[in-house]
Amino acid sequence: MNTQRMSFVRFLVILLSGALFGFGLAISTMVQPEVVLSFLRFQDFGLMLVMGGAVLVTLLAYRLVPRYLAKSVQGDSFHKHSSTWNRDTAWGAALFGVGWGLCGVCPGPAIAGLGIGNWSLLWALAGIAFGALVQGLRAK
Amino acid sequence: MMNGTLTLFPLGWQHYLLGGALIGAGVALLFVFTGLVGGMSSVFSSTWSFVVNKPFFQQARFVETRGWRLVYALGLILGALVWWLGFADAAPQSTSVPVWQLLVGGFLVGYGARLGNGCTSGHGICGLGSLQWPSLLAVLTFMGTAFLTANLVGRWLP
Repeated sequence: MNTQRMSFVRFLVILLSGALFGFGLAISTMVQPEVVLSFLRFQDFGLMLVMGGAVLVTLLAYRLVPRYLAKSVQGDSFHKHSSTWNRDTAWGAALFGVGWGLCGVCPGPAIAGLGIGNWSLLWALAGIAFGALVQGLRAK
Repeated sequence: MMNGTLTLFPLGWQHYLLGGALIGAGVALLFVFTGLVGGMSSVFSSTWSFVVNKPFFQQARFVETRGWRLVYALGLILGALVWWLGFADAAPQSTSVPVWQLLVGGFLVGYGARLGNGCTSGHGICGLGSLQWPSLLAVLTFMGTAFLTANLVGRWLP
């Protein structure tokens, strides 16, 4: 699939998908590191509802849509990312958790933070971008 | 009278569930229209492919997806902006988390998410949403280390 030349409709749909995601992150207050950290410190279990709600809707879409549609509305086949469990996944997830517990910001909120004018989150965004760069440079 | 709901969700629960459902709706819309799986952390590797020539970054999975991933990220900013302007009166937002924690924590988040091939949305939402047990293990792992870190930091640092 070549996305170098993206149709306008496709551009709009992807933009709207991201916008729903970003609006959801903002309204659920997951863009505020304090709220994430209060979950991780067992003071407010809201993140469970955010995660649960998102997983439930996604699960329904991933299960039901391919049952009724042979291809996506735009005619692509439905992608599936198989996750694997290995040394890298284990170390990566463990390090990710340490970082998340330290700053209360994960990739989605770091990006969405730009939309709510919380400029402090730029530090987290820069950290994430740099971390991803170093990971790629170290990878074989 | 205190009840379980009050203590579990001192700030209320509706906005959490609504926000979660909307996040899921975004991932679902992307899937229905384009067939794409919308985890978020890959955009940090795929965007580096524009400027870093190392073979790792020039893999098809980054080069061929970097366009839509950037559009998706742009949408994320726009959606949050709509909430900020329309529902939060554009009130100034800030965080009390110190800069060094944001920077060092962010670095580990970026490094770890890319090494482990997924973050809270990739493994958490898309991975669990497609019932993949490696993603469940990843979620349990990062939840575990995040609980530990957040509580230790909360205890030792002011």
